[in-house]
Amino acid sequence: MSPVRQQTDELPAGLLERHQRGDAAGLVDLLHDIQAHFRYLPRPALEAAAAYLELPVTRVFEVATFYEGFHLKPRGEHVCTVCMGTACHVRGSQRVLEQLERDLSIASGQTTPDGKFTLEEVNCVGACALGPLLIVDGQFQGNMTPARASRLVGKLGKRG
Amino acid sequence: MVRLKNSKQLQQLHRQLAAARPAGRPAVAVCGGTGCQAQGSLSLSDAFRRELKKRRLSKKVELRLTGCHGFCERGPLVLVFPQGVLYQRVKAKDVAEIVERTLKKGEIVERLLYQDPQTGKRIAREADIPFYRHQQRLVLKDNGHLDPTSINDYIAIGGYQALAKALKMGPAGVLDEVEASGLRGRGGAGFPTGRKWRICGSTPADTRYLVCNADEGDPGAFMDRSVLEGNPHSVIEGMLIGALAIGAGQGFVYVRQEYPLAVERLELALEQARAYGLLGAGVLGSSLEFDVTIKRGGGAFVCGEESALIASIEGRRGVPRRRPPYPAQQGLFGRPTCINNVETWANVPHVIKRGAKWFSAIGTAGSKGTKIFSLVGKVHNTGLVEVPMGISLRRIVFDIGGGIPGGKQFKAVQTGGPSGGCLPESKLDTPVDFDTLVAEGAMMGSGGMIVMDSSTCMVDVARYFTNFLKFESCGNCTSCRDGLIHMHRLLEKLCAGTAAPDTLERIESLAETIRRTSLCALGTTAVNPVLSTLRHFREEFVAHLEEKRCPAGVCKELITFTIDADKCTGCTLCAKNCPQDAIRGRKKKPHTIEQDKCIKCGICRDVCQYDAVLVK
Amino acid sequence: MTVTVRINDVEVLAEEGESLLEVALRAGFDIPHLCHHPAVEAIGSCRLCLVELQAAGREELTTSCNVRVEAGMQVITDSPLVRQQRAANLELLLARAPGSARLRALAARHGIQAPRFEPPPSEGIQNCILCELCVRVCAMLGHDALGVLGRGEKKRIGLPFNQPAASCVGCASCAAVCPTECIRVSETPQARTIWGQSFEFAHCRSCGAPMLTERQRQFEIEKNGLPEDSYDTCESCKRQQTSQRFAAITW
Repeated sequence: MSPVRQQTDELPAGLLERHQRGDAAGLVDLLHDIQAHFRYLPRPALEAAAAYLELPVTRVFEVATFYEGFHLKPRGEHVCTVCMGTACHVRGSQRVLEQLERDLSIASGQTTPDGKFTLEEVNCVGACALGPLLIVDGQFQGNMTPARASRLVGKLGKRG
Repeated sequence: MVRLKNSKQLQQLHRQLAAARPAGRPAVAVCGGTGCQAQGSLSLSDAFRRELKKRRLSKKVELRLTGCHGFCERGPLVLVFPQGVLYQRVKAKDVAEIVERTLKKGEIVERLLYQDPQTGKRIAREADIPFYRHQQRLVLKDNGHLDPTSINDYIAIGGYQALAKALKMGPAGVLDEVEASGLRGRGGAGFPTGRKWRICGSTPADTRYLVCNADEGDPGAFMDRSVLEGNPHSVIEGMLIGALAIGAGQGFVYVRQEYPLAVERLELALEQARAYGLLGAGVLGSSLEFDVTIKRGGGAFVCGEESALIASIEGRRGVPRRRPPYPAQQGLFGRPTCINNVETWANVPHVIKRGAKWFSAIGTAGSKGTKIFSLVGKVHNTGLVEVPMGISLRRIVFDIGGGIPGGKQFKAVQTGGPSGGCLPESKLDTPVDFDTLVAEGAMMGSGGMIVMDSSTCMVDVARYFTNFLKFESCGNCTSCRDGLIHMHRLLEKLCAGTAAPDTLERIESLAETIRRTSLCALGTTAVNPVLSTLRHFREEFVAHLEEKRCPAGVCKELITFTIDADKCTGCTLCAKNCPQDAIRGRKKKPHTIEQDKCIKCGICRDVCQYDAVLVK
Repeated sequence: MTVTVRINDVEVLAEEGESLLEVALRAGFDIPHLCHHPAVEAIGSCRLCLVELQAAGREELTTSCNVRVEAGMQVITDSPLVRQQRAANLELLLARAPGSARLRALAARHGIQAPRFEPPPSEGIQNCILCELCVRVCAMLGHDALGVLGRGEKKRIGLPFNQPAASCVGCASCAAVCPTECIRVSETPQARTIWGQSFEFAHCRSCGAPMLTERQRQFEIEKNGLPEDSYDTCESCKRQQTSQRFAAITW
């Protein structure tokens, strides 16, 4: 998992150039690359992307808000994602989510005020046999229970 | 890697590589699918590497990290050759013993074998394990044997031979063969593949595109992911054959953004195929020119729908378009575009290699070949299964799936994802194929098969799917967007015990509007989960509506947690773990739950060792 | 190419590829529609222009705005099924925009007095039916100041980055096309306020009446390569000046 970026919204050199200038069809891939660098989509980067692809900035913003995978706000140091796919649901993922909401005192989709944790849901990542599934900083943790989830997140909190 | 200038050179390479991998050669295949990886199979593979090196066996024993081998419930999986022994739930500490006893001495480590829950017998060979024995693995056959990062592995087992054969057959010959095979799309709609290819290929255009739909949005389905991660070349080969038949020069694989490993494996496979001259200009020395680009999704279930997928590739919001015109005539960038699912493309090399006659002998009259299902939920053997079309639900759930764990009763099986439906026990003997399930109000869909037991509330299931679809709707149509919002509200009221008497009629009326007046299949099929659960489990809905009761004990507002004073030992574990501090009691004395504080989180029931928490 | 279609058993001529809704309206058939405008591409959002369509051997209930006319199409605009489903969609729309007088009147004509649904939660403008006409028209005019944000239950019309848009010229075309009149515009003789920005008017050099916003004036001049003093006289004064000039001609 990449470390928290320093708050400079400058696009790294060459990032835009990996894509074809003026090619509107390249928007989604370009947004992925921008997000891979900043861990979210800062406004200046979106404006630069619009200029480079020769698209009105409004069209770029629309696409950024349409897809679940794009985040317009900075995310926490640790991202906890609870899979809410059908198989996980049937095995009790809702209770895992509720436990983490209680532990972190935030609702799903939010980031803790200290910027440490983001809690979110995802609609199936295809590890269904391991449900309920909790993904912490990209690592898949299967056969999750509310108690285990609590302990896992608790440990991360203490590590600082 | 040297460019293969023609089919003859491919055959030569194949013979060369196959000779270096003789059948009797000792090998260890560690499953590197996402499921097993999550259980530590990568470090397991490293442990094997170190142990083999330590014992100077690295040259003698081939170590392979493979794609998903399907038996996810029992991972990490390790296959040992030449015996074909399957070890399950292998840990790093078992590695030394496996190398010493099985590889060196040919002995079997009994405790790592699969144990039949019915007979208690340990089964050594993969082929004898019921989970595998009842399957017919065509597309998934090589997943446990191939290193997906090695094109040489694929060529060694005969990969790209179907392409060579197709080049000889020519476009017309390939079209005829695919049509004759009866292959139908595996993404859910089941449109005849040969006919789609023909429509696309016969539409006049300056250029045509192929698309592989790897969006796999159905929650609970991971078939396509495993094919892409475990055998990416099978998909590339299928697309090459399609490109020849249709006259397409460029292909796209649209992969959902939640599958980064599949993107990685595919990228590598494409690079390797290019290096061998299997992609690009002059494929295998022919006049075929074709290459593939990967396009990532942004995270939207609706982009599994053809026209929304096209919009997404074009860099736009994933909003579907009205059909006609169909993508095969006017699709990506306005050109004829043939969109097929991952599993469809992966079937194509088999159709060409073994022939339409062989392929169409598998399955039923209307549904030829095999289908991969992700069998998950409340079932013993969760994982990926590939079976001939026409096999019954009962055989899949019980013979292959091993039945319901925890001594619980089977209640329903959900197929077809959010476009599909739930079938009860009385329908278990229904054969699984494109057409028979539809008659029962369900559908086969892309292959997700979720087993539910008596602890699943079917009203909650209807609510779950409606909530999912409401969130995933693109929002274009009033009927779908707002219809689902209101339908969800009605279902929530049912689950909360606050539903008005006419709720079921209103749900049915809304469903009719959503089904008849929505633009795309997300909308028109969004009603299936509700309608199928209403059809087969109406008494549960009525109980929620009229008695404010949840028979399965799931819906929070309708259940109460109490402690059975006879069973409670006063161990205080529940009180200590209760997040609301709602449990009172002295040590060694029966405890009680304060109802006004209880949030029904279920933790007390989880931690109680005496089964003393009652849910009514 | 001119083709013939049958609408409610009446033969109608049309150009192949035209919008079926436009053909029907032109022929005098009354098909309710809220999200359609001839100047922009149809999206089939409101679902009111439903018809029963028979084409190429297929029968379906479909919106007519986004159907391209082909020879031989047979259309029914007012069957019981069409009326039933049109009313159902009207009820959903009315639940979302109960404050729109026009929508209330249209719904009442179809027998819907009060919707049986609570308004859906919305982070967007009140009484907006998400028909995207404002967005499409704004894009067509070349401003791209409005966007369709989010999707599904979270879909709303809004501004880029939720901030007043630099490209907005205050023309208020969005408000003019809005079927539920839910876009707030306030005006003084000096300026128009819309979408969180105030735009100074350009005034007629003859009578001083406000005409269009100065920003819009500049936009049109730049876009069309016009002289800097273009759009400096209001239509009324222009007509007066023209007629004075005619009157001054001696024959």
